[in-house]
Amino acid sequence: MTTVAELVDVHRYYKMELPNPDDWVRALDGVSLTFTKGEYAAIVGQSGSGKSTMLNLLGCLDRPTSGQYLLDGRDVSQFDDDALSWERNQRLGFVFQAYNLIPHLTVLENIEVPMEYAGTPANEARDRSHMLAERMGLGARMGHRPAELSGGQQQRVAIARALANEPRVLLADEPTGNLDSATGQEILALMDVLNDEGATLIVVTHDANVAARAHRVIHMLDGRIEKIEENGR
Amino acid sequence: MIPRVVALAWKSIMLHRLRSFLTVLGIIVGVVAVIAMLAIGEGASEAAQEQIRRMGSRNLLLASVQPPQSDSAASENRRVLEYGLKHDDFQRIVDTVPEITRIVARRDIPVDARVGTRKYTTVVMGTSADYADVANLRMRHGRFLTAADAGSRRTVCVLGAKIAERFFRSQSPVGQRIRLARHYFDVVGVLAPRGEGTGGTGGTGGESDDAVFVPLQTMKERWGDIVRVVQSGSRSYTKVQLHRITVEAANLDAVRRIARSLSRMLDRWHPYDVKLTVPLDLLEEAKRTKRRYNLILGFIAGFSLLVGGIGIMNIMLATVVERTREIGIRRALGAKRSHIIRQFLAETVLLSVSGGLIGLALGVLAPMAISHFAGMPTVVTPFSLILAFGISAGVGVVFGLYPAAQAADLDPVVALRRE
Ligand SMILES: Nc1ncnc2c1ncn2[C@@H]1O[C@H](COP(=O)(O)OP(=O)(O)OP(=O)(O)O)[C@@H](O)[C@H]1O
Ligand SMILES: [Mg+2]
Repeated sequence: MTTVAELVDVHRYYKMELPNPDDWVRALDGVSLTFTKGEYAAIVGQSGSGKSTMLNLLGCLDRPTSGQYLLDGRDVSQFDDDALSWERNQRLGFVFQAYNLIPHLTVLENIEVPMEYAGTPANEARDRSHMLAERMGLGARMGHRPAELSGGQQQRVAIARALANEPRVLLADEPTGNLDSATGQEILALMDVLNDEGATLIVVTHDANVAARAHRVIHMLDGRIEKIEENGR
Repeated sequence: MIPRVVALAWKSIMLHRLRSFLTVLGIIVGVVAVIAMLAIGEGASEAAQEQIRRMGSRNLLLASVQPPQSDSAASENRRVLEYGLKHDDFQRIVDTVPEITRIVARRDIPVDARVGTRKYTTVVMGTSADYADVANLRMRHGRFLTAADAGSRRTVCVLGAKIAERFFRSQSPVGQRIRLARHYFDVVGVLAPRGEGTGGTGGTGGESDDAVFVPLQTMKERWGDIVRVVQSGSRSYTKVQLHRITVEAANLDAVRRIARSLSRMLDRWHPYDVKLTVPLDLLEEAKRTKRRYNLILGFIAGFSLLVGGIGIMNIMLATVVERTREIGIRRALGAKRSHIIRQFLAETVLLSVSGGLIGLALGVLAPMAISHFAGMPTVVTPFSLILAFGISAGVGVVFGLYPAAQAADLDPVVALRRE
């Protein structure tokens, strides 16, 4: 079993807002975790327990206040902004609750964005975005803009986009949070397929359905890991 | 192929056509202002320089001027006002000043010219054959005065273009007879028109259009030395041997040396009643004036471009706020800070360059319209086009940098959370 991502005693503190700016919010307060290749992990916990903070760290969108984050064995917590951007582009794929598509770009163009930053030649990028859109069942919607799509379709575009550069890890923050349950199930089924094909998934969720599909469920409480359940599918 | 950044920038500009257009309006106005102002300045100075060049850049002009004096002295004590250049001065220059290729003298007498019953007030200019060359006159009909005319004191004359037009609308004036004051002259030639503007420096601008040229010797024989001048009712007599001596230098370098010799001579013989004009100096003065003028115009126009730039910056700052979420998304997908900077900078530069191009087109048309409707001469130089366009592109870079940096410095996590 290969380790893809590893958190070693990670802390992430935020300065409090007024009236007591000398206090710190301990969003993550000593977390150590290992994710292995091909696994499907769910992160659950009550609101404010630090789930999104952890996912942002795993996604190289943020740096820990202290501790180490090893991505493919390299301590990226010391990387500079450009290097972190490159990690996000090459190794990580994001799926957000709010889809986060760029409104004035078409489906295909949205999927191509990560490839632009990877320096993929335009025609290659176009071919690959076609292929991904087909695979996500968006064949008839390639020239549409996000506003012309249903929530489920938008989330599929987001997944296609996340897969564009063949990431090592797929990170999702409440991917079904904005969807009705039937559409949510569809998206979850799609993620199962991806996982079966070998993708590593880390999903933050409130949804028991999601947690039930994961290999491991990590329970967060006040910035710490409360417990880890193995589902053993 | 157009780079992706530029295509993307163009797309987001076209997303808000009206807003983009209004944004670049400032740049358009600025660029038009730069080009039009420089074109007007260039046109004016070109006209001035052309006028000076007509005087001949190798020429030096000596002109008799009535010395300042009190009116009572003129009317009571001296019946004849005598001043200005003498034949002796002419000879002195010929004898003592080197590096002169040609020298011509001229004497002017205001007269009434008549053909049949028609009368026209004009100036008779007594001069010699070389005058046409030195003053750069061209013939339309017939010939100019010759040495033989002078030698035989012939009563022949050459008409300026305007006066010929007045008297002999359709028929050829050559061979016709014209009365100048009490004397009859045969027309032997007509000058080509010199155009507008007399230069004011007493040069040989357009004044030849209204004049009649006769041999200097004939003039002395017919009119004598003393001329009666009727001026605002009072009558006076003047004795001016020569009104003008034009000296042509062998080359441009000699102009300065001759000017020094002549002004030494004037200091001694004519400190008050002769004025020396050196067209070459005027030309250089005109060029200096033009440079100053251009600088000031450029400054004013530059300010309007500055205002245009601020307008662009303002919109781009608003755009950054508006697109914070997009910036967050792009950063999450792997955009480096430099990518974001490039994207926004490309947009601002494209905006300002589009404005610059529109301004360029209008800027070429505007001077044409000014020339056409206001009758002002304008000259659009390639330099002004390059300058205006360069500044507009520069404005895009300068005023785009700050908003682009703002965009790039957004924290991706914070940017993503923005609704
Ligand atoms: N940028 C920030 N500045 C200050 N405090 C922050 C910031 N981001 C998060 N926090 C705080 O850190 C704690 C953890 O936040 P986080 O977003 O990780 O919670 P979460 O588990 O994702 O909650 P939810 O389920 O509501 O999304 C919260 O107390 C939050 O207020
Ligand atoms: Mg959260």
